[in-house]
Amino acid sequence: MAERLIQLTPRDFETDQEVRWCPGCGDYAILKSVRKVLAEVGTDPDSVVFVSGIGCAARFPYYVETYGIHSIHGRAPSLATGIKLANPDLDVWVVGGDGDFLAIGGNHVLHALRRNVDINLLLFNNAIYGLTKGQSSPASLPGTRSPSTPGGSFDAPVNATALALAAGGGFVARTADTLQDHLPEVLLRAHAHRGAAMVEILQNCIVYNDNAFGDLARKKNRAEATVIVRHGEPMVFGAAADKGLVYEAERGTFRVTAEPSEASLHDETNPALAAALARVDDPSLPKPLGIFYCVERADYTTALERHLPYRPLTREALKDVLHEGSWTA
Amino acid sequence: MPPFRAIPVTEHRLRSMTGRAEPGPRTVVRFAGDSGDGIQLLGGEFSKAVALEHHDLLTLPDFPAEIRAPAGSTFGVSAFQIQFGGDGVLTPGDEADVLFAFNPAALKTNLHTLKPGGLIVAGEGAFTDRNLKRAGYAENPLEDGSLTGFRLIRIDMTRLSAEAVASTGVGKKQAGRAKNFWALGLCFWLFGGRREPAIDWISRKFAAAPDVVASNVAALNAGHAYGETMELDAGDAALGARGELHHGLFRTITGTDAMGLGLAAVAALSGLKITYCSYPITPASALLHFLASLKGQGIVTFQAEDEIAAATAALGASYAGGLGVTTSSGPGIALKSETLSLAVAAELPLLAIDVQRAGPSTGMPTKPEQADLNLALYGRHGEAPLPVLAPATPSECFDIVIEAARIATDHMTPVMILSDAYIANAAEPWELPEVDALPPIAPTFRTDPEGFEPFARDPDTLARPWAKPGTPGLAHRVGGIERASGSGEISYDPENHQRMTDLRAEKVARVALDGLDHDIDSGADRGDLLVLGWGSTYGAIEEAVSRMNRNGLAVGHLHLRQLAPLPPNLGAILARFSRVAVAELNKGQLVRLIRSEFLVDARSVTQVNGLPFRVSDLEAALRDCLDGSQGRPGHGLRTVTGSAGKTA
Repeated sequence: MAERLIQLTPRDFETDQEVRWCPGCGDYAILKSVRKVLAEVGTDPDSVVFVSGIGCAARFPYYVETYGIHSIHGRAPSLATGIKLANPDLDVWVVGGDGDFLAIGGNHVLHALRRNVDINLLLFNNAIYGLTKGQSSPASLPGTRSPSTPGGSFDAPVNATALALAAGGGFVARTADTLQDHLPEVLLRAHAHRGAAMVEILQNCIVYNDNAFGDLARKKNRAEATVIVRHGEPMVFGAAADKGLVYEAERGTFRVTAEPSEASLHDETNPALAAALARVDDPSLPKPLGIFYCVERADYTTALERHLPYRPLTREALKDVLHEGSWTA
Repeated sequence: MPPFRAIPVTEHRLRSMTGRAEPGPRTVVRFAGDSGDGIQLLGGEFSKAVALEHHDLLTLPDFPAEIRAPAGSTFGVSAFQIQFGGDGVLTPGDEADVLFAFNPAALKTNLHTLKPGGLIVAGEGAFTDRNLKRAGYAENPLEDGSLTGFRLIRIDMTRLSAEAVASTGVGKKQAGRAKNFWALGLCFWLFGGRREPAIDWISRKFAAAPDVVASNVAALNAGHAYGETMELDAGDAALGARGELHHGLFRTITGTDAMGLGLAAVAALSGLKITYCSYPITPASALLHFLASLKGQGIVTFQAEDEIAAATAALGASYAGGLGVTTSSGPGIALKSETLSLAVAAELPLLAIDVQRAGPSTGMPTKPEQADLNLALYGRHGEAPLPVLAPATPSECFDIVIEAARIATDHMTPVMILSDAYIANAAEPWELPEVDALPPIAPTFRTDPEGFEPFARDPDTLARPWAKPGTPGLAHRVGGIERASGSGEISYDPENHQRMTDLRAEKVARVALDGLDHDIDSGADRGDLLVLGWGSTYGAIEEAVSRMNRNGLAVGHLHLRQLAPLPPNLGAILARFSRVAVAELNKGQLVRLIRSEFLVDARSVTQVNGLPFRVSDLEAALRDCLDGSQGRPGHGLRTVTGSAGKTA
């Protein structure tokens, strides 16, 4: 492709559609980050497709000036797989909420990851059903009061990153809508990854599940409540970077150390460490964010092409196909 | 407009039947045995041999859903029926002239298919006490005189084939497997036919295992030699004169083969990347296997994680500029319904093929039924019309799938094809089409950004432009939320929804003007009774009408290949007959449509026993419709008057 002569800006990815999310919704911040990343990558907007299912997050394609298809609840990953089958060169992003990806479409997320289809899966996890007016979701914490669980929910939530790792995801990350430096950093890496990339974005629903992620989303205590892991760097956290996480590999657990020099180094190629980071839910530990796992393996359409190379069928070749096993009467 | 625009080959075949001459001598042979006896392979190889003798033929595999039921059980019996002779064989035959019964269970479950005085070839070695008991026989029927109304030939095929292959040195297991080839050899003696092509095929098929080739060939030759030595004869069922298939290039195909070859043709004629997305289900999976065997030539195959993913992946492929195809049987088609509605809303091409089977739910997965017509016509949420086509014969699958692809891409609409378990599995000779004469399918992709609107429409077809991702300057969004006419932007405007709903309906209605032209298939052009059918009942209706014509009755046969939108001249054709009967394998789904669309007092002839119509049953029911005494008991069919479902 010829080098772009004009540097794209986030504005180039704005559509003429009025954005219809609630004021204060975390989706605005994600939209801003995605436009920024698209501009930075410099990808040709005409080769980008945003695919979504149903839900608040699923309105996303209408707000990005690329190709887009707003499809069926839960089915965006399989529709995106079909897009890649027909044209592997397209840059395909799939956007969905926790209802889309973890409930009705859980099966498709599982198989997109297992097949390693070269798509970016952006999970906007607000742990609630927004568009249908606030029912608890498979990501809701136990005790979530909602119109469908007036006494509080009591079933265990899905851990999206742990699920993605178990499904064989080659790129699994967690970030949050409010992290306007970290979010684009993760998205850039997800985009660069060849294969299925799952990015869980903790996203605040200001109307139905405000503050679901507590301090993690609040600037004030964020440094104490979270740890951002980066490949090859020590897992330190705290406002003064004065604490560290020590990985206890034998049991797959962590402990906090007051000696940052003791902190373990993050290794994004270590599946056991990635799984341990994904599963942290001890309130005494900071919530891990960052790219937990990133290992490349052949993506689906590349493997397909190697295995069964597609080639157009000419009329002459069609004759051979038809004539197989024929006889003359 | 030429008739059956995309169906030059089939047209020839259909025309060949319109002579109304008395058909020449025909033979019906039925093979029945354990599901492990290799009955389907035997039937398939015999069919090929028969075709090579220039006979027209039609076959009906009749096998259980169980893969390997317990040996000797009645529910594990697998059968294969073939009718052959002359030209214009349109059904597998009402009753068999010859029955090969490999064991007692096969005799028990298939004897009723044999005509009085017919020939039974019984594999007596398998008539052991244990097998007799399993089949529910108190006495050995080969010895108790209960078969005196038939000719009986008793042969210990198990022992004879084992002896024949002993010299090849294969193990006991392989020796036991050669029985079907021994029987095939005997068939060559009884019915004629050359062994060499079969031997060539065995040599190729088992090339990796020379001892298997040797044992199968030895069994084949021994079966033939046995017939010769014992001077066995099939009596009237033996082939008389050779068949009369005209000169040409043929191959024996099932409906599944024809559908797969049709999709390959779509790839070649359109240049589109056919993206075939499917999930395993009986009997539709065979098409996935066929296409996968083409190894990427024009077609990408994708085995999805479920039926819904198969449908949505296919739709995604069409969105991206390929042609998505998804296939299933009833239960899977139900799951694809939401995606079909999105395809209607997003106005994207898509082929959805339903290989119908007896339902509801799992029903009888290997048995045919035509009970998904309402599902195809109406089984979607919202106002979601789409064209529905149905092949009448295995060969026609080739032409119908090409026509469906043409309609889908010309009109930017999903198209459904209704096949069934009978069409998918039945085999017949098919004259290869002239590939160079097949008209191209020319999808138009929008490339000009000037004035581009994703939901502007072609003034003639009302199709919207197909603008595939990757095209410079055409970035746009589509989706399930109602789109503003023209711009395609989200719209909740009341007038716009009315307009778009009307446009989508009108767009599909206009397919009728461009779709398959229909006229009487055969028989009277006007007169006392029009028999209307669709799908796999073609052959049975054709033969029943033909018999009635030979008795001087003014009966015509019209077979619908396009069920939505209905052909524009259908009303005029119906009006040329004083009575109309609709024959179908369901509880009267098309007849209700005909009654409501045309306000005619159409009679209904239906059957839902998991089997194709028998010609004699159908003729009796149609005669009842003709003389007004519909509902006479005793012919095995239910003749329903009107839509109220009143039965005899």
